[in-house]
Amino acid sequence: MPTSPDSVTHCPPEAGQARPRLAPSALNWLGVVPFFLFALLFLILPTATLMIGAFQDANGHFTLGNIAKLFDDSILSAYWISFEVSAASALGGGLIGLLLALAAIQGGLPGWIRPTLMTFSGVASNFAGIPLSFAFLSTLGRMGLVTVLLRNYADFDLYSTGFSILSFIGLTLTYLYFQIPLMVLIVTPAIDGLRAEWREACESLGGSSLAYWWHIALPILWPSILGSTLLLFANAFGAVATAYALTGSSLNIVPILLYAQIRGDVLHDQNLGYALALGMIVVTGLSNAGYIWLRSRAERGRE
Amino acid sequence: MAIAIGTIYFLLPLIATFEFSLKMNRDGYSFEAYKVVLSDPGFQATFGYSTLMAVLTIIVGILLVVPTAYWIQLKLPRLRPLVEFITLLPLVIPAIVIVFGYLKLYNSSAWLPLTGNDRATDFLLMCSYVTLALPYLYRSIDAGLRAIDVRTLTEAAESLGASWPSILLQVIFPNVKSAILSGAFLTFAVVIGEFTMASLLGRPAFGPYLQLIGANRAYEPSALAIIAFLVTWASMGLIQVFARNARPARKTA
Repeated sequence: MPTSPDSVTHCPPEAGQARPRLAPSALNWLGVVPFFLFALLFLILPTATLMIGAFQDANGHFTLGNIAKLFDDSILSAYWISFEVSAASALGGGLIGLLLALAAIQGGLPGWIRPTLMTFSGVASNFAGIPLSFAFLSTLGRMGLVTVLLRNYADFDLYSTGFSILSFIGLTLTYLYFQIPLMVLIVTPAIDGLRAEWREACESLGGSSLAYWWHIALPILWPSILGSTLLLFANAFGAVATAYALTGSSLNIVPILLYAQIRGDVLHDQNLGYALALGMIVVTGLSNAGYIWLRSRAERGRE
Repeated sequence: MAIAIGTIYFLLPLIATFEFSLKMNRDGYSFEAYKVVLSDPGFQATFGYSTLMAVLTIIVGILLVVPTAYWIQLKLPRLRPLVEFITLLPLVIPAIVIVFGYLKLYNSSAWLPLTGNDRATDFLLMCSYVTLALPYLYRSIDAGLRAIDVRTLTEAAESLGASWPSILLQVIFPNVKSAILSGAFLTFAVVIGEFTMASLLGRPAFGPYLQLIGANRAYEPSALAIIAFLVTWASMGLIQVFARNARPARKTA
């Protein structure tokens, strides 16, 4: 990619040397104005205004009171449950997704498995939200297929164990449905980057399969795996629709709390809502920053 | 082994949902729930509304992203990291936070009261969907543009006397058609059942309708989940079809 922003071909010859450089470069900037205007109006300003609101009281004066209120027990526990669900579904999804991708790419399975897995992952990672919660209610709800089959044929009452689809475990299981395929999609390029020569070199030096994975493949894949898991974490942390349709407001997680706050059901404190939103951005922002940093490390390592 | 467990985990909920959706009639399996859902005026209205929203989102998104990505590639490559960063922001900032910002910034007493009446709110909802679609659209279209020689094509068209609009419409668009289409179908899949934005902006979209039915009915939600799954599947399938058709065409181009 040439770095000089403009080449002589775009200056009409009759303009001559006297034409000021400013004009074409100003015109160049004009071409990206719609995009930046759109991003400013519908992405950056709305987010910025919330961040400012988080540090203001109802009269617009500066305060740290809203941030302090985030550390109240009820709100802190909402963040904690959100953190647990997101972490559990990210770790589980990351591990299972990685194993699935490894099996499909390097497991010596029939050739049709990989494209099938990829297509299905594309579908399943987008099959989130309300329909997904319906599907899990039909599967593991009180009248769900698996619940009923277990009760009728295995004489095992799932719900007597304290299990509920509306609980932490239920929500995590549901989130895994889109987390696992997402992991497959993100981590596949990294696995493709493992060269066959490395394994051959390891084997010719007498290294076992375990040695290959422990000393070669894992150290190379590690930043990609960790980074992808962070992305899954952020993905789960911001999800509203699935949890809302599944549990209503019975499970106290941050996105649901914020949703209820915006609808005006609870809290009744607009500025506390802004602080809640700021907290969410901080959490998802940090995990995404971690993802980007780890990905650039992984790319550098590959070159 | 991993594949077998994975297959069971992913197929079981679909089978269970399908089985459940057939049980509306007490005396055996039937498609009664589908009949009820499809003939519900609420379904038709909200599905139509969301389809229209998705189409508008795709058109506006393409008109916004293609010229920008093209211009960045041709004239301002220095800006690429910044633009890429901005297009990834909707994945970082949760949708619920973005829409909360809209409600604060564009409320009825604000300088730009976009939530003031229904048409303006529809516009705001469409913009919110374009925002959500940015990461998918930009990545898909940018990859498409990188695969062709934008500079040579542009210079060839310029030397033939083409104007900027006709370069974009007649030279660039057709060459990245498959990238645009795959971004468009992904956008469709994301927008059609979207809940958070539509619900909090109070518009009659398919997502809030799904939630309403889920809270009040027994068998219809399963039928709706199957329909939603088929729509997602169709969108992804079409992406595959266009991607496959594009590859040989690019080689001969």
